[in-house]
Amino acid sequence: MSVLLYLIPIALGMGGIGLAVFFWAMRDGQFEDLDGAANRILIDDENDAS
Amino acid sequence: MNAPAAIDVAAHGQLTDTRLTVPGMRCAGCIAKIERGLGGVDGIASARVNFSAKRVAVRHDKGISEQDLVVRLQNLGFEAQAIASNPLARDDRETQTLLRALAVAGFGMMNIMLLSVSVWSGAGGVTRELFHWLSALIAIPVVAYSGRPFFSSAAMALRYRRTNMDVPISIGVVLATGLSIYETLMGGEHAYFDSAVMLLFFLLAGRALDDTMRNKTRSGIGALLSRMGRSAGVVQPDGTIVRMDADELKPGMLMLLAAGEALPADGVVEKGTASIDNSMLTGESAPEAVGHGALVHAGAINLLHPIHVRVTATGSDTAIAEIARLMDEAGQSRSRYVRIADRASRLYAPAVHSLALLAFVGWMLAGAGWHQSLVIAIAVLIITCPCAMGLAVPAAQIVASGALIRKGLLVKDGSALERLAEVDAVVFDKTGTLTLGDMRADVAALDSEQQSIALALAQASLHPVSVGLAKTLSERGQGPADVVHIEEVSGQGIKGSFSGRSVALRRPRQRSGTTSVDLQIGEETTSIDFADELRPDAGETVTRLQAMGLSATMLSGDAEQAVSDVALELGISGRGGVDPAGKLRALDAMKAKGRRPLMVGDGLNDGPALAAAHASIAPGTASDASQQAADAVFIGERLKPVALAVQVARRTMAIVRQNFGFAIGYNILAVPLALAGFVTPLIAAIAMSLSSLVVVGNSLRLARAAEGDV
Repeated sequence: MSVLLYLIPIALGMGGIGLAVFFWAMRDGQFEDLDGAANRILIDDENDAS
Repeated sequence: MNAPAAIDVAAHGQLTDTRLTVPGMRCAGCIAKIERGLGGVDGIASARVNFSAKRVAVRHDKGISEQDLVVRLQNLGFEAQAIASNPLARDDRETQTLLRALAVAGFGMMNIMLLSVSVWSGAGGVTRELFHWLSALIAIPVVAYSGRPFFSSAAMALRYRRTNMDVPISIGVVLATGLSIYETLMGGEHAYFDSAVMLLFFLLAGRALDDTMRNKTRSGIGALLSRMGRSAGVVQPDGTIVRMDADELKPGMLMLLAAGEALPADGVVEKGTASIDNSMLTGESAPEAVGHGALVHAGAINLLHPIHVRVTATGSDTAIAEIARLMDEAGQSRSRYVRIADRASRLYAPAVHSLALLAFVGWMLAGAGWHQSLVIAIAVLIITCPCAMGLAVPAAQIVASGALIRKGLLVKDGSALERLAEVDAVVFDKTGTLTLGDMRADVAALDSEQQSIALALAQASLHPVSVGLAKTLSERGQGPADVVHIEEVSGQGIKGSFSGRSVALRRPRQRSGTTSVDLQIGEETTSIDFADELRPDAGETVTRLQAMGLSATMLSGDAEQAVSDVALELGISGRGGVDPAGKLRALDAMKAKGRRPLMVGDGLNDGPALAAAHASIAPGTASDASQQAADAVFIGERLKPVALAVQVARRTMAIVRQNFGFAIGYNILAVPLALAGFVTPLIAAIAMSLSSLVVVGNSLRLARAAEGDV
């Protein structure tokens, strides 16, 4: 049973990291242009100067 | 006037941001074209496309004006419009709050479930108590954080002595949490943290979906007023000219309006003649000639000569501000329309409360302990949770609008679909709505050299006729000839020279009924005619709308003759010479007769009518203000999305009715079981979630509603 003392904090910690990443991604504006992100994959960037 | 060259500004000063709306972008190619096309220009630091919002944010040198960017985009083949300069403003703050709450609820739900499953599978004694304490530790902050949207809305409703859907939800969640804390403290067998958090998670998911759709396109009505000129040169008594901001202008002042400048106030032309572009106000794309004594309005653009204008009205007294006000008022009267879900919840919430209370009192009287009675009451509250009910409308609407977006129609607001489904008459504007709204040149008679010379000349001017000619020619894949010494002679046209010959685009010698220009190369002169063509599928769309039982009419600000020509061609009735207030009156009259009109229009003069109509649709080429006022915006040259919108809206409402039917049926089945005490809060939460899934699944059938035709 003592293994739970490690496993539960680890499980919560991993969930917490996921949550933190989501918050960061949202603040970073990654959900603002979902259609654009899907389309950008198709852009060929071999002669992309910028 | 040589706009593209003007962008090579060397003054590398501070950078500024401009946001432009580009409704015409449709694919990855467009994104690449715009970002590279703009990014490669001197003075532009970066250009970033937001494809979902059809916007471009450009970071550029102060020396480049919005107009330059618009021209630059036009040369890339995209129609663009600058929007209110507020690049950092977030207009989707509420969505973000909901998404955060959703993420937190999801995190809480997963972890509490993990612990709950262990408890159910037989963990006992100290382990169970530990797990309950851990659940409490996770659930309390999660409920406090994720429940805020519901708690605040419920508190607001209660403060005004009303109830809404959020009241039973809040009570259910708070009671379930409270009871679970009590159980945990007492070392009891059951805790219902999982039910409370799961409930929040599903409700938040529904609400976040609803909100995402409603915010899909939303920009401030201030965009309208930002179209007015921002400053003007005012002639002082001693003859000097002082630059003044628009809000410092007073009636009676004399402004000197340079060519290419937008009017910041209404006024009367005192000296000089010019051609002004009134398209923003009237939707009419042909420029209007004005001379001494003519009335000119704020927002119009002076195309040719500098003119002196005596100010007659400023700020909120101008015609454009009046339109904004009419639009605002008309929009408010429509926003009183109560959304279906709210109407349902008004009846539903009190019923749920009474039932739960009844269950509690009933079981108490029947001799069950207060604990068991409370558990049953909570189960009733949760199982009757208007979750399926709450999702019934938004789920169907989101799927339907997704399907419509793929067909080129952007629905701005979920309630728009409810109203679109109810329309029984359709009112069209002419220019820019039934017709394409820009001047298409008839260039079939020109040879390749003539075309390329005409393009080179036309590109150099912002005159609507030149813009139309340049557009027609570039669409035919024509490249510009190497014309040098291009200059624009006010009132005459554009001239230049090409391999030793003088070439020019000039106004025709004799005026005919149609708009035309003369292309002169050396001694040879060719006439190019312009026409504002009907959209290719206008007739078909009108027929389809009529087949769906909608009566079609046309209301236009154009001359009677032009209107009746189009009306005859389409076989509908039409009225010309109607001003914005007249359109508004006509729509109000229809509504007074019990009709539910759908307004389709693009000009700023249609704004109030768009806002007042039962539902409204604007083309993507419409002014910002009209797009703002309309419920939906369609992109491209085809008019068919209008008919499609009505058709899909009707299907959506059919699905919504099915969803409501299911939600009610589910409650009729589940409530007696819960009342009888057969349901624990956890089973209630699961049943509630399943019912939501059924509703979402049913709504997904709409995904193909817009397929098949077009």
